[in-house]
Formats: sequence, structure tokens, C-alpha cells
Amino acid sequence: MNYYEILFYLFAIITLVSAGFVVTTRNVIYSAFFLLFTFFGVAGIYVLLAADFLAVVQIMVYVGGILILLLFGVMLTNKITNVDIRTGTANLLPASIAVGLMMGAMVSAMLFTSWRVQDTQVPDTTIKQLGSLLITDYILIFELLGMLLLIALIGAASIARRDKE
Amino acid sequence: MFQVSLQHFLVLSAILFSLGIYGIVTRKNAVMVLMGIELILNSANINFVAFAKFGNFGFSGQIIALFVIVLAAAEAAIALAIVLNIYKTFINVNIDEIDNLKE
Repeated sequence: MNYYEILFYLFAIITLVSAGFVVTTRNVIYSAFFLLFTFFGVAGIYVLLAADFLAVVQIMVYVGGILILLLFGVMLTNKITNVDIRTGTANLLPASIAVGLMMGAMVSAMLFTSWRVQDTQVPDTTIKQLGSLLITDYILIFELLGMLLLIALIGAASIARRDKE
Repeated sequence: MFQVSLQHFLVLSAILFSLGIYGIVTRKNAVMVLMGIELILNSANINFVAFAKFGNFGFSGQIIALFVIVLAAAEAAIALAIVLNIYKTFINVNIDEIDNLKE
């Protein structure tokens, strides 16, 4: 095993174990903090897949933005006076069976399909290629996403601040 | 076996996807359901980036993954605004007890 394999298994274990804690622990705050490790693990997987810019974006947007937003959501929708903020669970047994079956089907589909692998030549950095693709082939989607983000943020602010008439 | 190939990344994302589905269907708290959705979006992103590296599609996979991250940010903002309104109306955010569109 060389460094690449060791790092892959390290990040994969970090991601899966912390994701497992996210969906099984009953304390919502613990879940939010385990989600932090999941996002870091996924960022490491991106680095191993030669997507350096995407890994930085993952950490900045997910950890710096979405996770903070989720923590605000937890804090604002619970009584802060009780320290342990717990969540109830529903349909544990049927959900475990169904999700187990689905996971088995998906994993076997991933394993037994003969994917045609064609390894690409990886440049040192992907920022130049991503930037030029964003302003040539994907310019329309890029502009639309900018507008969508603006509209979504204005809409979120106006929904959350609406006062009772 | 230990040689890391495309299948390793695909299996990783399949397991992450299943964990996200499990979180969505078993948690009662609406914020926990949002966390499950984030796990699912991350697993889809791993697939996009893995195929971008191993499939010789250029950088389109990474661009799409970037767009997915932007959409996830917008979705989280909107969903949390809705969750806050639900909390104002019903005093809790347990999604199995919320069965009215208005008070």
C-alpha cells in the first residue's frame, strides 16, 4: 500500500464513521459536529480525485456556510435552556431493513458493473481549466445560478423575517 | 483489492447515500432531515468527481459538482427559513406532528 491508498482509506473511514454517527446519535448538536468531520473527509476524497479547487470550495461553503446555518437552525428551533437537544426517531426497524437492502443493491451494482476506466492526465491545478469552462461552455448555467442564489437568499430572508399581521 | 480504483469511490458514495436516506426516514427533527439531504448531495458529488477523473470527460464533472454545492447552499438557506416559520407556528419542528398547512 502506498500513500494514496492509505490516505483514501483514512478519508473514507473518517467520512463513513462520522456520517454513521450523524444519522444515529440522538443529540442534534453532536450530529451537526459529526457532519463537520464528514465534510472534511469528503474534501479529502476530492483532493485524492485531483479536484483541489473543489475541495477548497467544499470546506469554505459547506463547513463555513451550510454547517453554520444548520447550527443556527438547531439553536433557534429548540429550547436553549435544556442542554441536550434530542431528536425522536421513527420507523427504525423497517427503515433499517429497507435501507440495508437498497445499500446492498447499490453497492453490488457499483461493484459488478464493468466500468470503462480511462485515466486522464491530471494537471497540477484545475483552477485554470475550471475558470475557462465557467466562462465558455457553462456561462449560461453560471449566470442563472448567480441569479438563483440571489433570489434564494432574498426569499429566505423575507420568509424568515415575516411578522404576524 | 487494495489498489484504489473507480469502484472504491463509487462504493463509498453508495454507502454515504444510504446513510443519508436512513437519516431522512428515521429522524423526526426537521434540521436532521436537512443533514441527511446534505449527505446525499455529497455522495452524488463524489460520483461526479470520480467519473470526471476516471472517465475522461474533461472537467465537466467537477463543474457540475461546483453547481451542486451552490444549489445546496441555496437549498439550506430556504429550508432553514421554512423550518424557522414552522417553529414559530407549531413550537416544535418534529415533522411527524406537523400535519396542518396553517394553524
